[in-house]
Amino acid sequence: MPTLWLVLIVVALGGIGFVLGRGRALASAGGDNRKLHSLPSYYGSNVAMKTIMPAMGVLVLWLIVQPFFVDATVSKLLPDAAQSEDTTLGLVMSDVRRVADGLDFAVAEGLLSPDEAQALDASSDNVRETLGAAGVALGSDVSAEVLNAAQRYRVLSATGRLFMSALVLVAALGGCAWGVKNSHMDYRARNVVEAGIEALLVTAASLAILTTFGIVLSLIFNTIEFFQRYPASEFFFSLVWSPSFGGGSELGLLPLLWGTLYISVIALLVAVPIGLFAAIYLSEYAGPKVRGVAKPLLEVLAGIPTIVYGLFALLTVGPLLMSVFGREGLGWMQAGTAVMTAGLVMGIMLIPFVSSLSDDIINAVPQAMRDGSYGLGATQSETIRQVVLPAALPGIVGAILLAASRAIGETMIVVLGAGAAARLSMNPFDAMTTVTAKIVSQLTGDADFSSPEALVAFALGMSLFVITLGLNVFALYIVRKYREQYE
Amino acid sequence: MTDASLATSGAPARKGKSLVVPDARTKRRNAAETRFKAYGVAAIGAGIFFLVVLLSAILINGVGAFQQTFIQVPVYLDPAKLDKSGNRDPEEMKKVSTFGYSPLIQDALFAEVQAQGVDTPLDSAKAMKEMISASAAAQVRDVVLADPDLVGETVDFQILASSRVDGYLKGRVQRADVARDKNINVEHLDLTDALREKGIVARRFNMDFITGADASESRAEQAGLGVSILGSLFMMLVVLLLSLPIGVAASIYLEEFAKKNRFTDIIEVNISNLAAVPSIVFGILGLAVFIQFMHLPQSAPLVGGLVLTLMTLPTIIISTRASLASVPPSIRSAALGVGASKMQSVFHHVLPLAMPGILTGTILGLAQALGETAPLLLIGMVGYIATNYPDGVASGFLDPNSAMPAQIYEWAKRADPAYYERAWGGIIILLVFLMVMNIIAILLRRRFERRW
Repeated sequence: MPTLWLVLIVVALGGIGFVLGRGRALASAGGDNRKLHSLPSYYGSNVAMKTIMPAMGVLVLWLIVQPFFVDATVSKLLPDAAQSEDTTLGLVMSDVRRVADGLDFAVAEGLLSPDEAQALDASSDNVRETLGAAGVALGSDVSAEVLNAAQRYRVLSATGRLFMSALVLVAALGGCAWGVKNSHMDYRARNVVEAGIEALLVTAASLAILTTFGIVLSLIFNTIEFFQRYPASEFFFSLVWSPSFGGGSELGLLPLLWGTLYISVIALLVAVPIGLFAAIYLSEYAGPKVRGVAKPLLEVLAGIPTIVYGLFALLTVGPLLMSVFGREGLGWMQAGTAVMTAGLVMGIMLIPFVSSLSDDIINAVPQAMRDGSYGLGATQSETIRQVVLPAALPGIVGAILLAASRAIGETMIVVLGAGAAARLSMNPFDAMTTVTAKIVSQLTGDADFSSPEALVAFALGMSLFVITLGLNVFALYIVRKYREQYE
Repeated sequence: MTDASLATSGAPARKGKSLVVPDARTKRRNAAETRFKAYGVAAIGAGIFFLVVLLSAILINGVGAFQQTFIQVPVYLDPAKLDKSGNRDPEEMKKVSTFGYSPLIQDALFAEVQAQGVDTPLDSAKAMKEMISASAAAQVRDVVLADPDLVGETVDFQILASSRVDGYLKGRVQRADVARDKNINVEHLDLTDALREKGIVARRFNMDFITGADASESRAEQAGLGVSILGSLFMMLVVLLLSLPIGVAASIYLEEFAKKNRFTDIIEVNISNLAAVPSIVFGILGLAVFIQFMHLPQSAPLVGGLVLTLMTLPTIIISTRASLASVPPSIRSAALGVGASKMQSVFHHVLPLAMPGILTGTILGLAQALGETAPLLLIGMVGYIATNYPDGVASGFLDPNSAMPAQIYEWAKRADPAYYERAWGGIIILLVFLMVMNIIAILLRRRFERRW
């Protein structure tokens, strides 16, 4: 692992720099550290920082840029002939990469000498078999162009790595020398080191922005690619969802959205009354003892992973509903996986979510309002219904919206409990499917995204992201606006 | 009291009606009060009822997975079949595949049945095949290859019974269903009953379920969670190593250094929004960025860890900020007052005092990450059969593996109902891990919590 070695060398250089810088600063003060501007270790850290930070920056930047550069150069080598009708440049490039990696691997394993790997010829040698012996499986025989490109790819990558190592070492040594030269008793080492640390802290905090960017970019690029292969109007307005990987599939969003909303509504019908009444009871009626037991117990429901709820829906609730509403019972239900199954279980999952949010909000209503109501002769329930709840209403609506966004984005329960067929039906005992379930089924374990059937998952993800983000922003807006009212 | 005195004085407005006896309107209001309270009790009762049903469903269905049916049988290791050249050379004996061992085990079981005098219509060794797990041959072979000198002797083995026999003893396989099942006959069940009375077939605690590897679809009796526990462990290591330093650094910046400006606002809004993004979207991010774009290996715990890190970071940042904010400003002022720089006051004084809270939040974040499944589905941790233990740390991070929740999902999807039991059992193990993590977090909080 040459990159790992490079990192270790740079870190070792930093360590040496620390000792050198500290020593030099102390020496400049004649060994009396009272004459130094900063504590001695700051002089050491200053050198170590100047050694490591620029070098690592160069390393990371190079590692990100190099693949682009190599890909661009190599793909120019591939003649148009290599891109026949059923393959694309991306597929050919992934072949090239696989062959190049395979050759590198074979050399590393000692199956081929570096010269032999260089001299391979697609027409005389069987590259596929050679690589197969090294444990690298290829899907098809290697053509001369691909092998040629792969060789070029290896050469470019190797020289790139060489340059990178040289540059990183130069940066580390240069930084080290610069830092050591600066290490003098009057140098403000602490201020420099602290500025460096603050830069690291800012970088860490910016990661949140970077993540959002990553999400938005990865969704947008693939969504655009999807819309180039599949008309956007069909996606948004078609009433049929029937993907077939052979082509001619119809990918309409509406049936999935219908299933998602139907399940979410059922989940909220279960969770909101139970959660809300539980919150009212806990905050208004229950004594500290009951509260101390019941609240944590309800919150256990929130700590249980969703896969558990999924299994519960599939293996317990589904069969239970079947025995009542299925063929032997009322005959409304065809199979255990249905909107009702997923909705009920998701409702159970959301109970603590609704109850703990509403609990906070009800507790935030000032006691004076309750006292005023009691003073007028209202009973406790009248106070709650006519004074506390109206005051808390915006907050509760916010909590319900947050719960709705949870329900819409929930995956495991619907994957296991809701069924796989996309249909527009009013019967809650029919199997339906959701946006999240279809993202999973269209994308699971598939690495080549070139067909609209795989790419549609990104468009679905984009829709999901926009809907949940909108709900969250709206909910937080309501909650925040409400909070300011009583502060 | 006041009521009583009022009643005796006889309020003239009420025209002879006593205040002690509630009138219709008061009755209605009191009834409404009682009803309203009852709704509250019912709601809490319903919540706890669901919790109890859920937990008991897990326990009732899952406990069986920790027990497995074994058959105790003395196997004669025939030199003529296992070591034809007769020089006990392990290299040469490796050429005999598991197919060479299967007949030996079937013969052994047949001989044992005859020796015990059990009356059964199954009249050949081959007919016993359905009783024995397909993994038994590999088990015997491993023992023989580890100690070639055993060849020629008769050795007692505890071999796994097939999943149907196991299911019959656990009540999962009913006699009525067997008619349609081509993997087992009623005769086998009769034989199982007979052998059970003789103590040859017995259910024992099955450690392999906790430590073992996953098995192929047809060998439910052999499947274990061990490899995916390791996969989860490596993922959690990645999450811990990345999210703790990054989360703490980000929180320190936002809580202690950030000025109130546009940039800080954007970061804060971003963090609160990321905390509410559906987990599957993080899976899409992982697939597009780490696998499609950076060409990291699919199904690798490293990638899973990276995705889960991004997912848990907002949670950790929010809790870390809360514990930093709870350190009183007097600590900071005191440090600044004796000449510390701002940075020194934070790193030498505020951070150590906030550490217990930070660790509690991190453990809870890890627990959340441990149970998360949806993003793992997209980066290829499903459909991969985790049969091999990683051989080293690098392989643990980079080689394809599964994770506990992904393994449970995988089992839940398989057609054989024997796997459902294992999925429930896997959930018990997962919940035990989560419970331990939560208890540690609670203890940490109790032990180190400070009221300023």
